[in-house]
Amino acid sequence: MLAHAIFFYFFSFVAIISAIMVTASKNTVHSVFFLILDFISISCLFIMIGAEFLGMIMLIVYVGAVAVLFLFVVMMLNVAQQKNQWFKSSDTSTHIPIGLIVSLIIFFELIIVIGGWKYKPDIIKNFSDSLISNSTNTHTIGSVLYTEYIHLFQISGMILLVAMIGAIVLTFRKREGVKRQNYFSQVSREKNQGVELVEVKSNEGVKIDV
Amino acid sequence: MFEVSLGHYLTLGAIIFTIGVIGIFLNRKNVIVILMSIELILLAVNINLVSFSIFLQDLSGQIFTLFILTVAAAEAAIGLAIIVVYYRNSGTIRVEEIENLKG
Repeated sequence: MLAHAIFFYFFSFVAIISAIMVTASKNTVHSVFFLILDFISISCLFIMIGAEFLGMIMLIVYVGAVAVLFLFVVMMLNVAQQKNQWFKSSDTSTHIPIGLIVSLIIFFELIIVIGGWKYKPDIIKNFSDSLISNSTNTHTIGSVLYTEYIHLFQISGMILLVAMIGAIVLTFRKREGVKRQNYFSQVSREKNQGVELVEVKSNEGVKIDV
Repeated sequence: MFEVSLGHYLTLGAIIFTIGVIGIFLNRKNVIVILMSIELILLAVNINLVSFSIFLQDLSGQIFTLFILTVAAAEAAIGLAIIVVYYRNSGTIRVEEIENLKG
């Protein structure tokens, strides 16, 4: 139990520090790297408390796809080296105290809600039917996800498809003066436009006129 | 102190959520950092759902975390595409210079 506590405090400390550094670091590339560190430590926490499948999926999806996408866009747009002007921006800006006040109010509301939380003693007994024991986390998630939640699962696939098409349509750009394939004219070309059958007499050859 | 309970995980989620909100408000750099702050907020929500799911022995929280993960990936892709298009049109994505909407 002590080891569990030590690992919990270590990973959550790393997660909080790197979350602060995501918003505070001067270089956007460094922000992306701290975001990756944050995801890795949170997924270690997930694996530690017994949600192994979600921890691994977090590693694959966030670190492998989303963070690399962020890194790619940051490097493509050449915005990495912009000066950070947090507390020395123009005089008319009132957003810094407002932002601090709003976020501190949110934080204390959350803490009050968490601190005043009491369970009924038999609540875990009521819930625990749905968790099949004697099988791994991945097995259990699969047996629920593909039966009870199959419609939501397919709808999430549709969301991914729409996102993919949307990203392609948004960033697609037609340039002038670039030769492109014309699929319609390729497909609609017929036999008598391309091939000509010629009767060849012997010893005369064929005259090809283009 | 050394007994890690549900409250510890919820507090961690609250702290990361607040850092994400602060990052949205206090951002002076570019829009990409705002998108990263949104990812942090979604991460805090995931922490809450997973810890409730583990401590209450109910699997629905993990399923919903999976769906949140899907939606977060889609949102990051669309948001980054919009940012690329905006940068191509106006040449900057600094927060202070995005004033086309006069908001």
